Amino acid sequence: MASHTMPTAKPKLGVFKFASCDGCQLSLLDCEDELLAVAGAVDIANFPEASRAVEEGPYDLALVEGSITTPHDAERVIEVRRQSKFLISIGACATAGGIQALRNWKDVDDFTRVVYATPEYISTLDRSTPISVHVEVDFELRGCPISKTQLLELVAAFLQGRRPNIPTYSVCVECKGRGTPCVMVSHGTPCLGPVTQAGCGAICPAYNRGCYGCFGPMESPNTAALGHWWERQLDVPVPDLVDAFRGFNAYAEAFRTASDDYELRESRD
Amino acid sequence: MSTTAVVERENFEELFEALRARGYESVGPTVRDSTIVYDHIETVADLPVGWTDIQEAGTYRLVRRKDEALFGYVIGPHSFKKYLFPPRHTLFTLEKTSEGVKLVDAGDPVPQYAFIGMRPCELAAMSIQDRVFGEGPFFDTEYLRRRQQVFVVAVNCVETGGTCFCTSMGTGPKALEGFDLSVTELLGDAGHRFLIEAGSPLGEEVLADLPHRAAESGEVADAERLLEQAEGAMGRSLDTGGIKELLVGNPEHPRWERVGEQCLTCTNCTMVCPTCFCATVEDTQSLDGATAERVRRWDSCFTTEFSYIHGGSLRPSAAARYRQWMTHKLASWIDQFGTSGCVGCGRCITWCPVGIDITKIAAAIRASEEKKHALA
Repeated sequence: MASHTMPTAKPKLGVFKFASCDGCQLSLLDCEDELLAVAGAVDIANFPEASRAVEEGPYDLALVEGSITTPHDAERVIEVRRQSKFLISIGACATAGGIQALRNWKDVDDFTRVVYATPEYISTLDRSTPISVHVEVDFELRGCPISKTQLLELVAAFLQGRRPNIPTYSVCVECKGRGTPCVMVSHGTPCLGPVTQAGCGAICPAYNRGCYGCFGPMESPNTAALGHWWERQLDVPVPDLVDAFRGFNAYAEAFRTASDDYELRESRD
Repeated sequence: MSTTAVVERENFEELFEALRARGYESVGPTVRDSTIVYDHIETVADLPVGWTDIQEAGTYRLVRRKDEALFGYVIGPHSFKKYLFPPRHTLFTLEKTSEGVKLVDAGDPVPQYAFIGMRPCELAAMSIQDRVFGEGPFFDTEYLRRRQQVFVVAVNCVETGGTCFCTSMGTGPKALEGFDLSVTELLGDAGHRFLIEAGSPLGEEVLADLPHRAAESGEVADAERLLEQAEGAMGRSLDTGGIKELLVGNPEHPRWERVGEQCLTCTNCTMVCPTCFCATVEDTQSLDGATAERVRRWDSCFTTEFSYIHGGSLRPSAAARYRQWMTHKLASWIDQFGTSGCVGCGRCITWCPVGIDITKIAAAIRASEEKKHALA
């Protein structure tokens, strides 16, 4: 009689890449000490960056890196979704459109004409968009790049069927936890930490730099109040405010609307 | 308990020696990252010698003093809370073994801390946390096993900061109890020296190890005069008369909405507050499920998760979160623990990245209330 308990096969993992620098999927290889544990816990069935051996889908867990920038990718991601039980988008490109989403404020044809000798061969979309715009995503793991600790926690939580401990509060919580004095308060350095989601471990302020917003907007980002303080108290000019919010997570809604507001201000001033 | 002793500046180093000899690890003020933080310190040279801090809402600047004062600043972003109630702490780990699940109590050895340079407001904050964690009906054993062996060297505030209001909260500028030694620093023509009082038998013992003499009446009077001046020189004030009724009676005050527009919900005020005690626990497991760990970390009423129940957060707006924090701190804390939760250290004002000022909000609500009564 067939047993209905404990399936013996390990969950199949697939890693898929769209428009990105590969840095996020490399964080999986960067796990080094923990990589063997990952390989022991899941069947790495499709991970071209790590192995040429590719197993066909379906996959139990898909890690999707990169944004959608071409018509071909817009179709491919639908197929990835179809093949995957649980789909996690990883990194700023996959969750917000990435730095390449700066094209969303420009005419992409202007770029292709300048960059390519034969622009008519280029088939590209005029917007870089996150995975969630195209298919349903089960979890979005933020960061440019993602944190390997968070990735391991997420994979462990998936395997154990529990909720992952991935906080959505601000970077400030991490600064305070490690005892880093606030760089805005103590030396007037503009910092996006109060409106940015934790996850990096507050690296930049620990080196006396302001946060660049690599992990995207936190759960309740008050970009207007932060921008107001930068402008009035830290003498940050409006064009710099536009640039600050237009980083790796430029197209994430809260940062997008903030930079649009300041750009509108800039055009009026 | 005892008469006041005087220790000359050149002999102050011996305090560190006397504490070390008794097995204490000294932690206290030192300069790092353009601020005065609390960290491990070994000698007088580790103290912020000749530095002071200039504080306003949302700004802190470290500047040189004209003298070589050891305690010529007020307070920085850290409080001693982090030593008794660490920001992140493993409670226990579980291991899967052939004989079943084994519980490994984290129970790591706790250093025997000497808190150097604890300000009267911080002493008051510790006494509030003693109540929260140590006076039942539930006891926090992690806090208590750290707290029980602390040696306190308090330093009275002869200078005040731009955001201080301990006088309003009745917690300073002089430490009255709860210390082993209390120090008042005297500078000037008569020489750099410290007036020291012992507040416990252990304090007397340590003091006996330091070369000292009895204070002259003029020296005691000088210290009293400086402390009196400080009392009148607070950068902020907070009228606490009927504060509980004032805040509890104004849940819909328009000022909450205004502060909500300004508030970043970043949690900084709660993290720097020396009395905020909220924590959450997180369980994690290794990838293979062989070990699990329970960690306790600081939490804040400014996060969405804090008041999350099925379906959503009870306090979705920044206004609701700020109101909750301030009303708890200044009003419902009194019902809960018999004291205010605020000691007037001013950290929440200085370290708010956008300079929100608890004293101004309290004053604004009071002013409109008084206006209402005047019109009635």
